[in-house]
Amino acid sequence: MNLIRKIEAAQVKEMTDIKVGDTVRVNFKIVEGKTERIQAYEGLVIAFKNAGISRTFTVRKTSYGVGVERVFPLYSPRIDSLEIVRFGKVRRAKLYYIRDKVGKKAKIKELLGGRKPAFRSLQAAAK
Amino acid sequence: MLGLIGKKMGMTQVFDETGRLTPVSVIAVAPNTVVGLRTTDKDGYQAVVLGVKEMKAKHVSKPYAGQFPEGITPKKVIREMRDFSAPVEVGQALDVTLFEKTRYVDVVANSKGKGFQGVIKRWGFGGGRNTHGSKFHREPGGTGMSTYPHHTFKNRKLPGHMGNARVTVQNLKVIKIDVENGYMLVRGAIPGPRNCMVIVSAAVKKAK
Repeated sequence: MNLIRKIEAAQVKEMTDIKVGDTVRVNFKIVEGKTERIQAYEGLVIAFKNAGISRTFTVRKTSYGVGVERVFPLYSPRIDSLEIVRFGKVRRAKLYYIRDKVGKKAKIKELLGGRKPAFRSLQAAAK
Repeated sequence: MLGLIGKKMGMTQVFDETGRLTPVSVIAVAPNTVVGLRTTDKDGYQAVVLGVKEMKAKHVSKPYAGQFPEGITPKKVIREMRDFSAPVEVGQALDVTLFEKTRYVDVVANSKGKGFQGVIKRWGFGGGRNTHGSKFHREPGGTGMSTYPHHTFKNRKLPGHMGNARVTVQNLKVIKIDVENGYMLVRGAIPGPRNCMVIVSAAVKKAK
């Protein structure tokens, strides 16, 4: 198993520390034939799933009145960058309830003053 | 043919060059020692004998040790690879570099034992319905037909022992070869439990 951990660890890269409840902008690389362009997808992070290299997160947004959810592999090389638009204040790990809410109830409180960087990213910064 | 003895480590995923997650099996390949050569003159066929895994001296019987040439310590696992296409000498150590130019491989291993299984799991029979008065659920059904032939043919699919048999998976794409750490990644699943011995060889049905 150690060898497998090593293979996975080699692919994990340092990402912007996003959390459930944050509104994020995902700059995703799209390959069209030979050209490559970056498309931004902005929405609310409602869940993280899996562990290790297969870790994914779900971003939900409302597009022309229709809810759209997109799942991104967190460590995908096609994610150019992640930006936090707004920190969210939430008390649960999965925000699936938001699918059934509309209007003001579908809002997430803002975490004012931002968030302290996670221990993990502090460690990386110390390096 | 090119072949090596490896060890199945398990499965994981890697990102390929287009950014897609690919499921891969990890095969660790410790250096394979060439223990002997079989030649057409002497043995009637050509083959290379590979060995891995050192043995404790107290576990080696004299007849077992006798098959290893001088200067080569007895190995626990020995396998012959027929018609080896790379030039090798006795005593040489082979590692994953052997597959550097190979794009597809075949993998042979002993599959996981499933024990005594019925026809649904073993042969994929559909079974009968569970409700509506049905009394036919997971049985194999009739096997001998009617007046003619009035007996069960050989090879009829019936319940029995499943798994723990030699299985070959062909045409697995080589994703990565890591010489430094002695492992290779192939796309998809390979037979056997973790830590089992596998034989990796260049794909027979793919052009080089």
